Amino acid sequence: MKIVVLVKHVPDAQFDRHITGPGNTTDRDESILSELDEYALEAALQLAEERGGAKAGNEVIALSMGPSGAVNVVKKSLQIGAYSGVHLSDDALAGSDAAATSLALAATIRHLSADGRPVDLVLTGMASTDGETSLIPAQLAERLSLPQLTFASSLEVNGGTVVARRDAGSHSETVEAQLPALVSVTDQINEPRYPNFKGILAAKKKKIASLSLADIGVDPSEVGQAGSWTVVESAAARPPRTAGTIITDEGDAGIKLVDFLAAQKLL
Amino acid sequence: MANALVFIDNPGAALKKSSLELLTLARKLGETAVAINGELTDDVAATLGAYGVATIFQPSADDLDDYLVAAKAGYLAAAVAASGATAVLVENSPEGKEIAGRLGIKLNAGVITDVVGVDADGTAHKSVLAGSYNTTAKATTPVSVFSVKANIVEPEPAGAAAAPATAKVEVPADAAANAARISSRTVKPASGRPDLSEARIVVAGGRGVDGDFGPLEELADALGAAVGASRAATDAGWIGHDAQVGQTGVTVSPQLYISAGISGAIQQKAGMQTSKVIVAINKDAESPVFEIADFGIIGDLFKVVPQATAEIKKRKG
Repeated sequence: MKIVVLVKHVPDAQFDRHITGPGNTTDRDESILSELDEYALEAALQLAEERGGAKAGNEVIALSMGPSGAVNVVKKSLQIGAYSGVHLSDDALAGSDAAATSLALAATIRHLSADGRPVDLVLTGMASTDGETSLIPAQLAERLSLPQLTFASSLEVNGGTVVARRDAGSHSETVEAQLPALVSVTDQINEPRYPNFKGILAAKKKKIASLSLADIGVDPSEVGQAGSWTVVESAAARPPRTAGTIITDEGDAGIKLVDFLAAQKLL
Repeated sequence: MANALVFIDNPGAALKKSSLELLTLARKLGETAVAINGELTDDVAATLGAYGVATIFQPSADDLDDYLVAAKAGYLAAAVAASGATAVLVENSPEGKEIAGRLGIKLNAGVITDVVGVDADGTAHKSVLAGSYNTTAKATTPVSVFSVKANIVEPEPAGAAAAPATAKVEVPADAAANAARISSRTVKPASGRPDLSEARIVVAGGRGVDGDFGPLEELADALGAAVGASRAATDAGWIGHDAQVGQTGVTVSPQLYISAGISGAIQQKAGMQTSKVIVAINKDAESPVFEIADFGIIGDLFKVVPQATAEIKKRKG
């Protein structure tokens, strides 16, 4: 099975994040592998291992689109266990919205299928931890004419059929589709593994293909701010919340809380 | 913008508040049409009329619910063509956002998610990076697609009610061709509480509840609130994962957020900081949550919460 896992280079959510520049884009100087993508990578590795791993012809390809620094998340994915990596990078990609990003990723996946071994499964996290739109899985599936099985909390591939369980607020459901398909997974699906010493050494021998727009046959006008269908016109840092009244319970804090709620007309 | 199309999936016997909000917002953008999926009752049709809806579109196929997202996006694309809409509004649920996403590709239309306000010219307002920035964004395409968060406007009927026309939309024959099929569905027992993402009030618990959500549930019921939880509490199995508020769970922006036994590490703060009023109860005076609380109580939640619940019941009679 040939599996492509999307991995994204995102600013660390543990720290303050910033929007900068004329295009109002997120500052990516201090970026890491998006936490939610680790679950997709783990799911891909498990599927490949169940089928005999690389020796049996399975492939797990970590794909990241982003500036030069994004190659680090491809390297990290190789250390965790991805078999090979692809870094799509081109100056013209900067400022791409979800539509333009999905166009470039779709072209990359077609390019990766052009060696006669088509991609069977595209795996993604449930959302990136920066934009958090959850649009890429749906838009990529639409562009590739693939069924999408999103927010999977479990995943099985039986022959050519992929089956996933989803837990929405009010119901759970089982969904299925024929391969090729696109699956996004939640953080409930597995426990991602960490890179170990052996994995870090092995990663040095693994290949990372660097692709540009010319390689995937995409015109620069189709991506970046030129190819985006949305524009962020303004961005303003929200004023930090300030602390209000803090009291220590002296046996009547519950009553004081209700007084506060009544004064705020929240009862 | 000439025309707005609102998608309402399975309205049931009465429209949800979030649907009424979409209809209220849509009127700003022009004459409103609605595309529904599922049964249309007379009551719902009358409410749509009261909210100024001129036309109600219904799909020619009745099996859209059997497929995940793609079939509904195919129907909605056909409804946009039939209505001539230049703005499409859907709810900001995970499924709503995905329908918006696929629809955007079908229509070559810009999609803006997590919208908290739309101006008459189609400028959308958002809060991004976990509430740390407010942005405005606009689609540069002839059609704009917005997924709109709940609780951002008060539902308001139109000045003059009209009887909406109904029209069938031919669902493209291949709408389900690239869709995953839903092979089984189990409805979870209803809690009777409002949906977390749409609730006006949220009562959330964390590590400090130590396995016992009972007092928070009682407070929630006295306030008509939804119950939420930090990741620590859901990972511990004290409450279902559905209740998780924050970066990898449900993003909420209620009128009132009561945080009990949650320290307020950065991701937890991120999940709650767009709430209008924040109340925090925690034993540890050093908890970061007190930095953003409008009203903070340093104390034992097992004493404070039941006392507040009893007082609310007393005052409400």
